[in-house]
Amino acid sequence: MIVWIRTFQLGIKNLLLHPMRSMLTMLGILIGVFSVITLLAIGDGISEQAQKQIEDLGAENIMIRTIKPPSEAGANFREIKMYGITRAEQRLIERTIPTIKNVIPIRELPMKFSYQGNPNVKPIDGRLVGCTSDYQSVNRLEMARGHFLTPREVERKLPVCVIAGVLADKLFPSEDPIKKQIFMPEKGQFYEIVGVLKYRDATAAIGGSLAAQDFSYDVYIPITAMESRMGDQEVKRASGSFSVDHFELSQLTVQVADIKNIQEISDLVKNTLLRDKPLRQDFAIIVPYELIKRAEATRQVFLIFLAVIAGISLLVGGIGIMNIMLATVTERTREIGIRRALGAKQGDIVRQFLVETVVLSIFGGIIGIVLGCLATFLVVPIRDRLAYFRPDIFEGLPPEIQNMTPNIVLMSVPISFGISVAVGIVFGLYPAIRAAKMDPIEALRHE
Amino acid sequence: MNLAVQIRELTKHYVLKSETVRALRGVSFDVPEGDYVAIMGPSGSGKSTLLNLLGCLDRPTSGSFILGGDDVARMSDDQLSAIRASRIGFVFQSYNLIPQLTVVENIEVPLYYMGQLNAKTKKRCRELAEMVGLGERLGHRPAQLSGGQQQRVAIARSLVNNPQFILADEATGNLDSVTTDEILALFHRLNENGVTIIMVTHEDEVAEHAKRVIRLRDGLIQVDERNKQRKTTFGQHAAKMAQIDLNSTDPVATSS
Repeated sequence: MIVWIRTFQLGIKNLLLHPMRSMLTMLGILIGVFSVITLLAIGDGISEQAQKQIEDLGAENIMIRTIKPPSEAGANFREIKMYGITRAEQRLIERTIPTIKNVIPIRELPMKFSYQGNPNVKPIDGRLVGCTSDYQSVNRLEMARGHFLTPREVERKLPVCVIAGVLADKLFPSEDPIKKQIFMPEKGQFYEIVGVLKYRDATAAIGGSLAAQDFSYDVYIPITAMESRMGDQEVKRASGSFSVDHFELSQLTVQVADIKNIQEISDLVKNTLLRDKPLRQDFAIIVPYELIKRAEATRQVFLIFLAVIAGISLLVGGIGIMNIMLATVTERTREIGIRRALGAKQGDIVRQFLVETVVLSIFGGIIGIVLGCLATFLVVPIRDRLAYFRPDIFEGLPPEIQNMTPNIVLMSVPISFGISVAVGIVFGLYPAIRAAKMDPIEALRHE
Repeated sequence: MNLAVQIRELTKHYVLKSETVRALRGVSFDVPEGDYVAIMGPSGSGKSTLLNLLGCLDRPTSGSFILGGDDVARMSDDQLSAIRASRIGFVFQSYNLIPQLTVVENIEVPLYYMGQLNAKTKKRCRELAEMVGLGERLGHRPAQLSGGQQQRVAIARSLVNNPQFILADEATGNLDSVTTDEILALFHRLNENGVTIIMVTHEDEVAEHAKRVIRLRDGLIQVDERNKQRKTTFGQHAAKMAQIDLNSTDPVATSS
């Protein structure tokens, strides 16, 4: 033990004789470890963000979305388009698939909202969502004030609504929105506000099947009231054209009893919907659980990719160390000869040079870890600066990066430390053995 | 009288590409403790080969080499290293101090490899440095010292392990005549203190200080005789070297 401590002291002393060279030698390992720590932290931050957004959709849910078919060229401008999932199909699914816990029908419409007590505010574009009381738990909506739609309100088709926090702030900048009437100019209808939601981040877009959802301007009303007061037809007027959409539901969210059956249930739902009209293309089935699993796999690939990059940079760093150590061994041939003549065993020489390499790589590793952790904390301030000074560039970034906070992956610290020690040993061994195998007589004669 | 070195029929052959070079062809001699031997000979006589064998840096092809009672001719590399650390004191022509170490650290090196470096032996290292007149320069590095001073450090280093003998290889070859005188006076005084010295040299003026001269030629001993006109006087520069007393320093307990 004492021997090792002494060798360690000697090694540090020898390295300090050439501080510049030692630092440059360290650089390879330093950069390797630095990139392992920061890349893993950023990668973990991004995938966690994506994961969270997918999980917000609910792992135990299956979503069946109505898709509006593309309008055919030269279509009759007075045509009524009928498409989408129907209430009849909802009942069919509820009654024929026993492993389903719950089915929530949803109907969404783009809508303008205003408040007549505040004439200064122009009607605000938002989204009207007809739903049942279960919608709150499935979408994890949190209340800021009041309550969400109750089963009783849904059953009795009451003209009440719950509005999103951002919309409430815009419509009622100086008033309490509860018990106020929100007005929809397009429909000419009033709804009484019974609850206000907390702010909520937008969900991620998933492939082509589900657009990113922004909940900031949502108004929730009982789907029963929507049906009875607005019907199923939406009239759209544009210059020179007039079209009518007829759809009953925008989405069915199916909660399954056991997540293990989720794939089978989603196949059953699909077959049920395709039974009478096998060619229909007006719906899509989204299984967030599948997406989560796919995201997990992507994450694994991403991590492997990062590990390969880090491995390459550590390899390069190791070769750099070996190169310098070989040169050092040649340069110190005479010293090796003297030490051998004065009684150093081959093992002593191996230990001396190995310790120097390991000290270099350990210090490189430690500095890399420290700098990597510091850089991780700098990511968020730098991104905020970018958002402030160059919002044009910032807006172009994917939402995962805009919202991501890097997480230092705890395991990456000991792993990268271990790797730097291992690199020191592996790449230090050859120069050290070469030093020890030198003939002491030749080494003493070396100039 | 105990023998420091006993050599019997020592041969050393080097196998080069096509021929075998027989550097030593059967050399036998004894060195009793307290002797002062000069090994001489022209280049190619086997002088360096004998030196390497005496220094346990190399192994003979045949023959025996008893050092302090142990036959070192058949020892492994690690065993030879241990022998070098504990029983031999090297003094080289080019001093061979380690440049990044201080005077006192250079003296400590053999103890380091013997595993005997502790407070007590460190004290002895300082005493040895003082003995050779470098007490004021313990923290200096070799580059800050003159050639004579460096060689005195090397001699102090060679004494630190209480060796069976000091092996000096052209120890004065790089020094001017005044400094040579100083170093030879130091050797002389050490020998008077009981230290066995074997020196390899090609200079008659150096050899005439030894008690005994062995001349090699073509790998064999040509002459092995007592030095009848031994020179024991030194110039006044060397006077202080003639005053030193090795016994004033604490000996290091060694395994030998």
